[in-house]
Amino acid sequence: MIREIHNKLVNGDISSVGLTEKYFSKIEKEDKNLCAYLTLTKEKALKEARKIDKKIKNGEKIDLLAGIPVAIKDNICIQGEKVTAASKVLDNYIAPYDATVIKKLKEKGAIFLGKTNLDEFAMGSSTENSAYQKTKNPTDLSRVPGGSSGGSAAAVAADLAVWALGSDTGGSIRQPASFCGVVGLKPTYGRVSRHGLMAMASSLDQIGPFAKTAEDAAIILSSIAGKDKMDATSAASGGKKYEDFISGNIKNITIGVPKEYFGDELDKEIKDIAFESLEKFKKLGAKIKGIKMPNIKYALPTYYIITPSEVSSNMARYDGIRYGVSVDNKGKSLVNSGNLLETYLDTREVGLGDEVKRRTMLGTYTLSAGYYDAYYKKAQKVRNLLRLDFEKTFEEVDFIFSPTTPDVAFKVGENSDDPLKMYLEDVYTVIVNLVGIPAISFPIGEVKKEEKMLPVGGQLMGKWFDEEGLLNMVHAFEISNKK
Amino acid sequence: MIEEKEIKHIASLARIGIKKKELERYQKELSVVLNYFEKLGDLDTKKIKAKGYITGMRNIFREDSVNDCDEDVKEIIMKNAPQEKDGYFKVKSVF
Repeated sequence: MIREIHNKLVNGDISSVGLTEKYFSKIEKEDKNLCAYLTLTKEKALKEARKIDKKIKNGEKIDLLAGIPVAIKDNICIQGEKVTAASKVLDNYIAPYDATVIKKLKEKGAIFLGKTNLDEFAMGSSTENSAYQKTKNPTDLSRVPGGSSGGSAAAVAADLAVWALGSDTGGSIRQPASFCGVVGLKPTYGRVSRHGLMAMASSLDQIGPFAKTAEDAAIILSSIAGKDKMDATSAASGGKKYEDFISGNIKNITIGVPKEYFGDELDKEIKDIAFESLEKFKKLGAKIKGIKMPNIKYALPTYYIITPSEVSSNMARYDGIRYGVSVDNKGKSLVNSGNLLETYLDTREVGLGDEVKRRTMLGTYTLSAGYYDAYYKKAQKVRNLLRLDFEKTFEEVDFIFSPTTPDVAFKVGENSDDPLKMYLEDVYTVIVNLVGIPAISFPIGEVKKEEKMLPVGGQLMGKWFDEEGLLNMVHAFEISNKK
Repeated sequence: MIEEKEIKHIASLARIGIKKKELERYQKELSVVLNYFEKLGDLDTKKIKAKGYITGMRNIFREDSVNDCDEDVKEIIMKNAPQEKDGYFKVKSVF
């Protein structure tokens, strides 16, 4: 889709200004119901679009992403723009600098439509934890879009943006991509710089694209990947063009299917669709191999120890002193009153939402004296064990396939009173972040619920830094679906 | 179940103000999740090393030098401060 739009722009069939205006008028009409966007940056977008149109007119070469409208999850900083992470504590916060991914996209000439809704600080699986609004699923407005990058997923699915950026700590790109019926890629830990992404769990966080096709995701990844001196954990990508690796040829590739991912918790219809997808891969020349990964069941408890622990440390910066709101527990400004401790306690009581408080307290507990060994250290050991399991498994297979989620998008409000039930939504996705590998969610079918055809997502996990392999697999699947 | 006084203690460590009527809810919610963690007890990890970073990364060093940031960045940073004086953050008295 990106390449198609690019060609139209270069050939003069459409203009970037016209395209950008079209997207804004769609957003103005449709986002009232969908609530995908928190902030729109129309003036700046049109200004940048005019620049691209001028370049095209002057016959200058433009990048594939130039002049094409994109949505950005509101936990990624764009200099001079409001960035809230959907939290009240950052209600008045302006980003002082560009995230590395934004800096790169600006150089390419991408057009930023605005910032999309999320679960507060990316903590959640439904985008219901936003302090501002609840984003809906475009297929069925009574259902959630998934989360935490629900705004980005809904925007791309409803075509209120050509593509979008999200972040994935335990499934926050893949699960909403699955619920909304788009492609969502969580790159290898380190593939994309995290500089300028608000930290949630620093050893797990990764930025990645939402797109309509695997080729689009490849083009986007090429533009944002690479080593960055501002993120010591980032890895060199050697300027790889991922779109050049998607031939669609997957002959003799082995896909591992762990039986642990097809247990009782999995919806029957999704199970059938997943097996049909495997048949398609088989027809394309891939080999399917049943595998056992008995330790997979330990991934979710491990994740929910490590994440809150890192969260409790990362959330310490929201203290009402250096930035964000500074209020007492009646919501009144503490700027000229109160002492330091009161400022901390009140600002965080009022500014942070329930799930953020819950995770911060849980993490404080698991890291506190006397409990550290039993929880955090134990979880770090299991994490290493899981990594060793995956190293072994990847000696036998090239990719691992599973559904992205055990069920289709759930109803708004259905899980919001039960934190543990909400955590179980991530049962198939968190392991990927724990072991640091890349994974992609892509549409594999639909399930009919209450007269609506709800999207089902498949998940492919790949070896460390083999994003091109994943993208090629999904590209092959897409082509076979078109035939 | 996790005790009330423990919730108070964690909240104070985490610098989160909580109301009395919330204590019971936090006791219940945190206990459910902590019980779920018990699952890991089944797994023998005596011979396994604890790892934080798993992509084979080693320590990465840089020069410990002061790098000034751009004026426009500085300006936004100070504008974001709830209380500022002469280009510094104003912090309330600790005692």
